Amino acid sequence: MALDTIWFALVAVLFAGYAVLDGFDLGVGVLSLLARDEGERRVHLQAIGPFWDGNEVWLLTGGGALFAAFPVVYATVFSGFYLALMLVLVALIGRAVAMEFRLLGDGPAWRRGFDLAFGLGSLLPAVLFGVAVGNVLRGVPVTAEHEWAGHFLGLLNPYALLVGVLSLAMFTMHGALYLRLKTTGALEARLARWVTPLWGAFAALYAAATVATWATSPFLFRKVGDPLWLALAVVTLVALFAVPVLSRRGRAGAAFVASSVTLAGMILVTAVSAFPVIVPSSLDLANSLTAYNASSSPRALGAMLVIAALGVPLVLAYSIFVYRLFRGKVVAAPALVQASSGQREPHDGTHSY
Amino acid sequence: MDALTLARVQFAVTAGFHYLFPPISIGLGWLLVIAEWFAWKRQDAAYEAVGKLFGKLFAVTFAVGVATGIVMEFQFGTNWSAYSRFVGDVFGAPLAAEGLFAFFLESTFLGVYLWGRGRVSRRLHWFSALMVAVGATLSALWIIIANSWQQTPAGYVVRNGRAELTDFWAAALNPSTLPRYAHTVIAALVVGAFIMAGVSAWHLLRDPRAPFARKALKLAVAWGLVVSCLEAMPSGHLHAQQVARTQPEKFAAIEGLYTSQSGAPLVLFAVPFSDPPTLRAKVEIPGLLSWMAFGDASAHVQGIDQFAPENRPPLWLTFVSFHNMVALGGWFIALMAWAAWQLYRGKLFEDRRTLRLLLWSMPLPLAACELGWVAAEVGRQPWIVYGLLRTGQAHSPAVSAAEIAFSLGLFGLVYLGLFALWLTLMIRKARIAPAVDVEPAARAAA
Repeated sequence: MALDTIWFALVAVLFAGYAVLDGFDLGVGVLSLLARDEGERRVHLQAIGPFWDGNEVWLLTGGGALFAAFPVVYATVFSGFYLALMLVLVALIGRAVAMEFRLLGDGPAWRRGFDLAFGLGSLLPAVLFGVAVGNVLRGVPVTAEHEWAGHFLGLLNPYALLVGVLSLAMFTMHGALYLRLKTTGALEARLARWVTPLWGAFAALYAAATVATWATSPFLFRKVGDPLWLALAVVTLVALFAVPVLSRRGRAGAAFVASSVTLAGMILVTAVSAFPVIVPSSLDLANSLTAYNASSSPRALGAMLVIAALGVPLVLAYSIFVYRLFRGKVVAAPALVQASSGQREPHDGTHSY
Repeated sequence: MDALTLARVQFAVTAGFHYLFPPISIGLGWLLVIAEWFAWKRQDAAYEAVGKLFGKLFAVTFAVGVATGIVMEFQFGTNWSAYSRFVGDVFGAPLAAEGLFAFFLESTFLGVYLWGRGRVSRRLHWFSALMVAVGATLSALWIIIANSWQQTPAGYVVRNGRAELTDFWAAALNPSTLPRYAHTVIAALVVGAFIMAGVSAWHLLRDPRAPFARKALKLAVAWGLVVSCLEAMPSGHLHAQQVARTQPEKFAAIEGLYTSQSGAPLVLFAVPFSDPPTLRAKVEIPGLLSWMAFGDASAHVQGIDQFAPENRPPLWLTFVSFHNMVALGGWFIALMAWAAWQLYRGKLFEDRRTLRLLLWSMPLPLAACELGWVAAEVGRQPWIVYGLLRTGQAHSPAVSAAEIAFSLGLFGLVYLGLFALWLTLMIRKARIAPAVDVEPAARAAA
């Protein structure tokens, strides 16, 4: 296989990995807006506490890999989606800060403000990532010189917004399945009840988006029937329909795995459908950025492949190790005591939200 | 203002702000490794308390560092798309490698370090602290590799309208990578030492017998003296020699050598003026610059007059930032040496004047880092990649001045708020004296 094809696949896998991992902690953030009391909100935060940093690194690595392997895509799309990306960044900052800072202040207003920042800081990226993907699938105004020729409001079209709502539903369902694994009692029971309606919304939106894609970007259906496309599509659909079945039977862990497979499968099916096109041009499909005309030189891609071959197994190994280490339900948050200086801090010195 | 100027201001703001946090992570990271080692091997509860307190400061700083770091990476694509197209072949790989080899390591094991105390074995807990420090330090390596390639590009050929990689190792280990890496990382160690020293000084001013604060101050002063000295000699010296060899116009600008000469003087103090390039009120040592740069007091050193005006970096900013950084470096050595002497005489913990000096000097190494970064990056101008691509040709044609102005305003506000919150949180957490467990059994029961 050619190096540019391999890198097309690797970047797709990195973004799928990001969606599966940060997807659940963004989803937990969205769900925290619906938490009933302070205790529940803290459970939401504790459930993702040891992991969300590492999950966000997938975005950083995916961005770096895109920059290194397809610099023209990186330059064109990132400058084109300028304001949208800036909003995502502000939201991610707000979210990170809210988690660390909410317990610090005095008074419920302070905490409510940060709870809102955490929830909205999770919701906004969940929607905007979908809007960005929707715009890419729909085609963006790329000139023959591979420059961007559109404007911000052009990004807010009905198709892209539909994909944005789809990604919100997807991450929320995924987050609910994860959180259910980590909780007990009333919260767990409520989450278990929510899975089916969330799944229904997600599946309906997925179907609607597929029909809309047929109308908007018919070129994405050229690959239907290819063995790889078929295999991925079958796996995705099986996993998709397994989610509510497994969830109803109380197999929460298996349901979460099925949801992860669904997310990754959706992204990979889309990547396979688009290949070799990365960014279709809405001005003229011939202007599109592809794995061939937007990639780095073979030497750079080769050097990167060595880096990936050394780094990825290492990352996977210790990530799995850490997830296993902190598996199981969230332990009740340590009691707050008045420390000597009057600050509220967990008494045992461990990290806590 | 035009889009280019606004994009430059935005980069300066976001990079300058981000650069407050990684040095603290690296600096505190290694001190935590040492403190947790003693806590584990000597079963020393006071050192464990040191780990708890500074681990919290690390966590707060790391969160802000991650958030502002993502902005940095995305900004190359959003604001500097012409640059990204030109350098992506070489510049992208180190950024991706940073994620894979460093950032994952740091963030994953930080989870274990912070959330695993008392839940995982002491050995694994210490190993996690080590991996956090190693990850932070490797992170700096990849970023410095990328940035050094902008300073002294190597291992590439310009083809198809872009710089294409020809030799990975030559590009990674370009002439400025190692001197700049050493100088940056040791600077971060100085930052960590001064933060630990300052925080423990504050606690000792309230209670001179606080056992964890005594341990922390002893560690910070011993470590701080060593790293402050190393930062100047050999690190700073070798880095300056490398700049003299590889970027003579930057060297002339930071040192204030405006006329080429043999036996060039070292300017200790002066007020620089750009047009025409002159120094007023200067204090200098004859021949010393030639000797320090090239090992020969009569060596010829190129002045700024050797370079066409359109290839000269800004003179005032480079000179002022560099000289203030050097002056601060001198203060760090002097203060740490004095504190170490007081420690040796057994007087440090009651010496309120020195404790106060340590407390108020806490932010200075961060200021020195920022000044050094200004000298390095402004000294690279007018090039975004030295000798290859001008900064004026590198920004995104698709992004308008109004869009940048909007996001600059937005980030300006967000960063101001973030800075205030971070500082508030750091001060609050630093003020809480951690409980020192006398009975390890009590911890197990908790």
